[in-house]
Amino acid sequence: MLKIDNLQAEIGGTRILNGLSLEVNAGEVHAIMGPNGAGKSTLAYVLGGRPGYEVTGGSVEFLGRDLLEMEPHERAAAGLFLGFQYPVEIPGVSNVQFLREALNAQRQVRGEEPLSGGDFLKLAKEKAGLLKLDMDMLKRHVNVGFSGGEKKRAEMVQMGILDPQFAVLDETDSGLDIDALRVVGEGINAIMRAPEKGVLLITHYQRLLDYVKPDYVHILSKGRIVKTGGPELAQQLEREGYEAVAA
Amino acid sequence: MNALTTLPTRKDEAWRYSAVEALVGADLDAWRAIDVPAGESYRECLTIEDSESTELRRLRVSVGEGARCELFAVIAAGKLGRVEVEVRLARGAHFELGGVTLGGRDTVREFVTRVIHAEPEATSNQVIRAVHWGKGTGNFLGQIDVVRDAQKTDAAQSFKGLLLEKGASVNAVPQLEIFADDVKCAHGASVGQLDETARFYMAARGLSPELSRRLLVQAFIGDAFVALDDEAERERLMGIALAKLDLHL
Repeated sequence: MLKIDNLQAEIGGTRILNGLSLEVNAGEVHAIMGPNGAGKSTLAYVLGGRPGYEVTGGSVEFLGRDLLEMEPHERAAAGLFLGFQYPVEIPGVSNVQFLREALNAQRQVRGEEPLSGGDFLKLAKEKAGLLKLDMDMLKRHVNVGFSGGEKKRAEMVQMGILDPQFAVLDETDSGLDIDALRVVGEGINAIMRAPEKGVLLITHYQRLLDYVKPDYVHILSKGRIVKTGGPELAQQLEREGYEAVAA
Repeated sequence: MNALTTLPTRKDEAWRYSAVEALVGADLDAWRAIDVPAGESYRECLTIEDSESTELRRLRVSVGEGARCELFAVIAAGKLGRVEVEVRLARGAHFELGGVTLGGRDTVREFVTRVIHAEPEATSNQVIRAVHWGKGTGNFLGQIDVVRDAQKTDAAQSFKGLLLEKGASVNAVPQLEIFADDVKCAHGASVGQLDETARFYMAARGLSPELSRRLLVQAFIGDAFVALDDEAERERLMGIALAKLDLHL
């Protein structure tokens, strides 16, 4: 469902991705691990279409469409979800308003009817419950005053509400304590573990993978995938470090 | 009286950033008086939403002892759209102003206020939000006078400008003249652009650039209506402001 071929990208003239290739099929969870500066977040932003991240070569096909030709909001409507490493605060805009407008904007692009206020609240309540996030948090402004862990759980509530076909999760595990890590891991499984869905998990550490078992683990180094394996690769990394394994 | 001979120029402090050339033929002396008797409350919502020429609203307000006056205004039309308010506050009175200016092309939309704390213990709060694009200009000239005996005055002014396009501008001129020593006077002014990081975040959730801008502008101008304790009126004013944005961007 996601096919990245020889992707090259740069930021402000500095090349970050150096011919990255990767294919994720429906029903699969892939983990991308790598040291700081390997290009993990750049990959996430390029897939999401963030301004300033310039693709200089290669291609990305998503559900049979040219992802790189699409605007960021069109990518979302097509079923791509980008979980942010640092979720953004939006003062003055409540989560409920933000997510309802976002969901209905996506539904409109897909030719679906908008969800009523009541139906939306029901859906939001269900997904918040899944992530053990108090519904009152969703009435507050987007991420404003949320702790690091609350922001990450709120990201997953957003994912649950928007129900994407594919999720790119950029260090969703960072900033989480052990209990929150388990809740978030179980949330990812509940929302995204399905035969027609796919996940790209970007992480530094093996610990999230205890809860969300990847089918494949890739090591990213200097802007390209240098090694691919099964879940055991993540464990080997944890024991031996990037330098030994990726060399 | 020949109106032409009395036209102000930009040398007049209160017209410094105004579109004085748009004043020809305008009735400059039309001040409307509002008297709020002691102990009473008065609220008015003003809008300038449908005009191509010059629209002036000039109010001279007297707020009696312990009385309260609230004005909320949206200036979203006119080559020159201007709300001018002169307020005199008696002991323990309160004046509240929530104002929004919006505009593009070469329009000028402005609030010019003078709040006179004439007696002790009066309070005032002014919140102005300006959203401009094209070559539009938004101004807030806010003068606060605290007379010698007006102890325990508490006066606040907040101005924020949001520029949606290059070429737009805002001007804020707070002017405080304080002759009492036991007073609180606060003023703040800032200008910025839309938060592009927030816009990408919103796009990643499916909001088009138009929708994310609309939501952020709504959040921005919402500050001006926080003190308006009437949801229907709040929504009406917000609707007028956002309709202007939808129409021109």
